[in-house]
Amino acid sequence: MNIVYNGEMDSRAFKDILGATIPRLAAEDPDVVYLDADLMSCIGTAKWAPTCDRAINCGVAEANMIGVACGMSAVGFKPIVHTFGPFASRRCYDQIFLSGGYAKNSVTVIGTDPGVCAAFNGGTHMPFEDVALYRAIPNATVVDITDANMLLDVLTQFKDMQGVKYLRVSRKNAAKVYADGSKFEIGKGIVLREGTDAAIFACGIMVHEAMQAASSLEKEGISAAVIDMFTIKPLDEALVKAYAGKVKAVVTAENHNRIGGLYSAVCETLAGAGVRVGHVAVEDEYGEVGPQDYLQKRFRLTAEHIAEEVRSALK
Amino acid sequence: MDSETKRGLEEFALEIRIGIVEQIKARGFGHIGGSLSVADALAVLYGAVMSYDPKNPDKEDRDKLVSSKGHAGPAVYAALALKGFFPYEELKTLNQPGTRLPSHCDRLKTKGIDMTTGSLGQGTSLAVGMALGDMLKGRKNRVFLITGDGELDEGQAWEAAMFAAAKKVNNLVWLVDYNKKQLDGYVKDILEPFDFEAKFRSFGFDAVTIDGNDIEKLYEVFTKPAGMRPLAVILDTVKGSGVKEVEDTVSNHSMNVGAEVCDKWLKQLGDELAALRKEAGR
Repeated sequence: MNIVYNGEMDSRAFKDILGATIPRLAAEDPDVVYLDADLMSCIGTAKWAPTCDRAINCGVAEANMIGVACGMSAVGFKPIVHTFGPFASRRCYDQIFLSGGYAKNSVTVIGTDPGVCAAFNGGTHMPFEDVALYRAIPNATVVDITDANMLLDVLTQFKDMQGVKYLRVSRKNAAKVYADGSKFEIGKGIVLREGTDAAIFACGIMVHEAMQAASSLEKEGISAAVIDMFTIKPLDEALVKAYAGKVKAVVTAENHNRIGGLYSAVCETLAGAGVRVGHVAVEDEYGEVGPQDYLQKRFRLTAEHIAEEVRSALK
Repeated sequence: MDSETKRGLEEFALEIRIGIVEQIKARGFGHIGGSLSVADALAVLYGAVMSYDPKNPDKEDRDKLVSSKGHAGPAVYAALALKGFFPYEELKTLNQPGTRLPSHCDRLKTKGIDMTTGSLGQGTSLAVGMALGDMLKGRKNRVFLITGDGELDEGQAWEAAMFAAAKKVNNLVWLVDYNKKQLDGYVKDILEPFDFEAKFRSFGFDAVTIDGNDIEKLYEVFTKPAGMRPLAVILDTVKGSGVKEVEDTVSNHSMNVGAEVCDKWLKQLGDELAALRKEAGR
């Protein structure tokens, strides 16, 4: 894994990657079918869709869309489904749980604009619980995307994987972390930065914040490791335990409710291990409207909050 | 249809009813009313309409059946066992620990079950997806979807109906088992559905209402060549049909029934079957 992080934004927005990758996968594999719930224009697939009979706009009917996708899986297709995060999780939960997971149909669900990334769409569109919901589906795979190259590779891998796979990703640009062409192992965390005092396990947009936090902590003489836990389920328990065994404190950072997400997963793994586990996450609140940078401050999802949490966990 | 085919299907329908009662008898309770009401439709589908191979139940271009009213499992299991998908004796394991025959249909457990259902409404989208998928794969089969009438309280069913018509999924046949009752009582008292046929037609389906316990009418409608639109067939049925005492029980969605009562019903059904066979000179 070649890590190229320097804090700079990737010129490619996530929606550009989605808009290019979905048509490519459909062109390469005749079993790929793409379904959307009237949000094709939001990820750049709307112009291409009318040219492909396997790109299906289901209208604003998410429960049906998931069911149709699962039915298509049963007759040999590899469905990729997209809508905004809350509608890809809460809105169709029984469908993805039963028609998907329980019935052993395979479907890739892309939930865009997770957490504060929903910004100006506000509280109704702001899922702080989608990871919790998908984690509770037996054998589901749950990924919170860090950068454009990760999205490209993980989506390509998800296409051929069995089961229910949930991919949450912003539509905007994010800091570039991984070199072009990087390959990712689902279920394995990636150590971005070594450290001996604390270990920060982060996912999604919080990886960039965690790297910034580790830099500022270094200036104070605190050595913090940063681990990209992009796969929240199955969690890389071995890596979590390994770091918990060699640092004084563990801190998680996620754009999600502290209930049911990465913090929960890490705590479930470390229960009884005797290590202090801090967290930076939404404190069991609903979302609200505003610019993303405002919301990150409002919900305490910034590098400063991570640094503060590390300091207090080390006390 | 010729009289021989008709008699054969009537016999098969009786055998399905016997199979349903055998399952309920072995467990002591179960979803008897809504299983009996679809026995005739299943007899016609598995007896004369659908293309399938019990030796190769996953054959890709088979006709498929999704009982979105998953609680009609006992009716589908009886039809499948009688057609050789699994041994008839296995019917006695309904809802026993470790069974392959659960209350609600499960494609992973039971040979011949094409889709897992049970959370009402979900089988509609699944069936539509299967039909659309088969169509995109260039297969010539049809997908038969059975929903309840109470089940159509679920909004997802109408999302699926809108989608199926809009996407011209004309290899789909949607059967509504209009047996007038749901768990808590009469459909008209709980959530009046008004006119199912008109509803489906307004959604863009071809739609027809027939006596759903009439073998000839069922055969006629299922053997007509597919039109340009998906087809909805409203089956005017009696919940518990074929077993008088169940028909007469107001609350017959799921019943506790003792072995002696079941034996009485089995005797009645057995006598009817014998009479039919005698008539046919068998």
